[in-house]
Amino acid sequence: MRTGTTGSRRLLQLAAIAATGMTLVACSGGGGDADAGGGEDGGTITVWMDQNRADALGDVIASFEEESGTTVEVVIKEFGDIAGDFVTQAPGGEGPDVVIAPHDALGNLVSNGVVAPIELGDASGDFQDVAIEAMSYDGSVYGVPVSIENLALVRNTALAPEAPATWDDLVATGQAAVASGSAQYPLLVGLDPNTADPYHLYPLQASYGGPLFALNDDGTYDGSDLQIGNEGNLQFAAQLQQWGADGILNLSISQDIAKEQFAAGASPYTITGPWSLAQFDEAGIEYAIDPIPSAGGQSATPLVGVQGFMLSSYSENPIVATQFITDYMASEEAQTAIYEAGDRAPALTAAFEAMPADSPTAAFGEIGADAVPMPNVPEMAAIWDQWGATEAQIIGGQGDPTQLWTSMAEAIQSTIDAG
Amino acid sequence: MAAPDTTGLRRPRRLSGSLGLLAKIALLAVVDAIAVFAIMLLAAQGSWIVVAVVALVTVVVNAVYLVPGRFLPAKYLTPGLVLLGIFQVFVVLFSCYIAFTNYGFGHNSTKDDAISQLIQQSTSRVEDSPAYRVTVVENLSGLGLLVTDPDGDVSVGSAEQPLQRLDEGQVETEAGVAVAADGWTTLTTGQIVQRQSDIASLQVPFSDDLDDGFLVTADARNAYVFVSNLSYDEATDTLTDTDTGVVYVDGGEGAFVSPDGEELRPGWQVLVGFENFAYPFQSQAFGQALIGVTIWTFAFAAISVGLSFLLGLALAVTLNDPRLRGRNVYRVLAILPYAFPSFLSALVWLGLLNTEFGFVNQVLLGGAAVPWLSDPIIAKISVILVNVWLGFPYMFLVCTGALQSIPEEVTEAATVDGARGWAIFRLIKLPLLLVSIAPLLISSFAFNFNNFNIIYMLTRGGPRIGGIDENVGHTDLLITLVYKVAFAGQGADYGLASALAIIIFVIVAVISAISFRQTKALEDLN
Repeated sequence: MRTGTTGSRRLLQLAAIAATGMTLVACSGGGGDADAGGGEDGGTITVWMDQNRADALGDVIASFEEESGTTVEVVIKEFGDIAGDFVTQAPGGEGPDVVIAPHDALGNLVSNGVVAPIELGDASGDFQDVAIEAMSYDGSVYGVPVSIENLALVRNTALAPEAPATWDDLVATGQAAVASGSAQYPLLVGLDPNTADPYHLYPLQASYGGPLFALNDDGTYDGSDLQIGNEGNLQFAAQLQQWGADGILNLSISQDIAKEQFAAGASPYTITGPWSLAQFDEAGIEYAIDPIPSAGGQSATPLVGVQGFMLSSYSENPIVATQFITDYMASEEAQTAIYEAGDRAPALTAAFEAMPADSPTAAFGEIGADAVPMPNVPEMAAIWDQWGATEAQIIGGQGDPTQLWTSMAEAIQSTIDAG
Repeated sequence: MAAPDTTGLRRPRRLSGSLGLLAKIALLAVVDAIAVFAIMLLAAQGSWIVVAVVALVTVVVNAVYLVPGRFLPAKYLTPGLVLLGIFQVFVVLFSCYIAFTNYGFGHNSTKDDAISQLIQQSTSRVEDSPAYRVTVVENLSGLGLLVTDPDGDVSVGSAEQPLQRLDEGQVETEAGVAVAADGWTTLTTGQIVQRQSDIASLQVPFSDDLDDGFLVTADARNAYVFVSNLSYDEATDTLTDTDTGVVYVDGGEGAFVSPDGEELRPGWQVLVGFENFAYPFQSQAFGQALIGVTIWTFAFAAISVGLSFLLGLALAVTLNDPRLRGRNVYRVLAILPYAFPSFLSALVWLGLLNTEFGFVNQVLLGGAAVPWLSDPIIAKISVILVNVWLGFPYMFLVCTGALQSIPEEVTEAATVDGARGWAIFRLIKLPLLLVSIAPLLISSFAFNFNNFNIIYMLTRGGPRIGGIDENVGHTDLLITLVYKVAFAGQGADYGLASALAIIIFVIVAVISAISFRQTKALEDLN
């Protein structure tokens, strides 16, 4: 699909150039003089986005095209491929003017010099704080955030009618449900046998007061101050092994199994994001969205992922592309359209507040609003790997948690130093 | 030329000959038209080397088909050679070139790009400065900005000329924003679109003092005051941080470096010589892991081929026995794994081997908890078993074919000479079989040496080997390692990955060459 898209784009380009060539030949042949000024020709910008958002944004893009005279060429790509392809294609001049990408790719994009900062001016106050923090890197904002996603506790209301007040409540209710035979698992968290899942386990880690990096005053991460080896995190590591032994966490339960089993009513609780809700709705179970109760005393904040439109630093249409991003993608209409199509809370506060208060997406959004964004430093890719592998070893009971966690912290530190 | 031919016999040939000529000319015309068009495009981009190559190839192609007689073999070979050149030789040469560069994370483009991006990234809005409404204007000296500040005062400036206040009489305003000024022409929307790169890079100094910053507009409507804390000095080729005074110099490795070793990102692509090839030897932990991965890759390929060959052969011999009833049913069953797409099979196996919920542990082993894919040794056994399951039907097919092509007389003659079942097989059939199968075994080995799919679908190379920074796992093959180095994680290092790919190529090529030479000995049997 990818090659097909670029291939046909190139063909189109060739055809366009051929047509121009012929026009030129015709002009010089006839001795005529066409005015190159071209009235309201607003040029063309290329935007990479995923199918879901392209469908949602049809109307907004059409109104942009009409009002600016610019043609928007939307190239549909898998969301997960966009950032990587953007890095490799932008320098060759074949890249897009605008992309939608997850904020945690930002460190990589900035370090490769493919995105340009966007000055939102006073408009930055119109967005959720966490969304602007996420889209910031090294003091500059790179793009307009559109959607926010994060984890929460999804509760099967038939098995657990009340939201758990504490983590112990949750475990007690879960184990009671298992004991009474109404459920099979006290809690479902999707994990991988070799790499666990640091993202899904992070809220529990955060409740032990264990951040990954120290935070700057403005809420962004200080990538130079790694905190993963601190006291709170070591407590979390020890607890992780206990949960593994007690069967609260189970490495054999993959993401797919966790979703499937929860949809089948096999557990009162699961920790997941808005992307799973469609499957739960389809299965027809009744559920509620709650904040994750604190296991370690401090608040169990999930990591927030933000998706936003970014401007290519190689764009040859920077003015039009910026207008597209700051005037249209930041509009309430666009943000609401994306929210309705994708079940993610919108980043624009006006659109956020316009969500029906009782919708699940709004409940996820409320929980995410108080949370911190996923770190977007480029070292994160290597950190996720090491972090997850160690969590899997600890949950699986393969060694002393303190020792495993400490050597992981050292390895991550050396990765950061090497980068 | 020749005298008019009057015999009816030759007429049809002449007719088809001239039709062929027409077709040839038409096809060549198409090829030439595409070539000329490509040359025009490439010349416009200034890629002169490629222009030369395209021109040369076009001339050669025309010569081959138009010069009579001389190049008959070339007429058949040229299309294949051209495609070979484009899709094989070029790709290999390009990989070799990349292997000698530092292309990868943070070294993505040229030095000029890097400098402009660094300066762009270091440019930030002056804190608490107001937003200005602007109109893009132009006079003889170039582009300028007509600026209306929040108080309604209007000034104008250009890249050379700092902002100057204008009197009310000199400007025309619309809804509180100045849209035209004496001595300046206002740009139309169309002109703005056409010159947007120039407008976006226009920096109008706020005052005579450069430290006050400059106005930049990103959307041709609003402008903000920015300062940049990096400045590039072309004469010395250095970047200076104007806040701290630190001077960054080109360190020769594709990045600007401060005196205390801090590198600025992004850097740019440079040639690094044999650095990528030497990396496994410099980084001891990575080098050791690489040796382990290489040994495992050999073992994986050899054991996979060996086991699936033995299993396939045994089945082929058994099912080739005419006394067996329902042979065709068994044959179909044996080929089934080959009929499923291997991606699908691998995913199914991933589910079957799940420690707690997998069919293997739950049903076959009665609820055992064997960590099929997460224990270093068992994971290796698992991937081999799955690979044998995927690979034996192929071996079964080719062995059956080869067995059936061995004439019955050979067996009869051996029986007459007094040989029994096992001896016939070992001394007569197997050597004859190997003549045709051996090359297939070699290509199977080469395929499994690079069997990316099965490893990536089942374990992604895991479980991870502890103690090294790179993400190397116990079941990683060289090819999955290369993939991780090149595409996964932060390190996206195309240079190193290309170097490793070249090493893999050399290994596979050497083994194949040696093995094919060995099989020559088998052919002498015939």
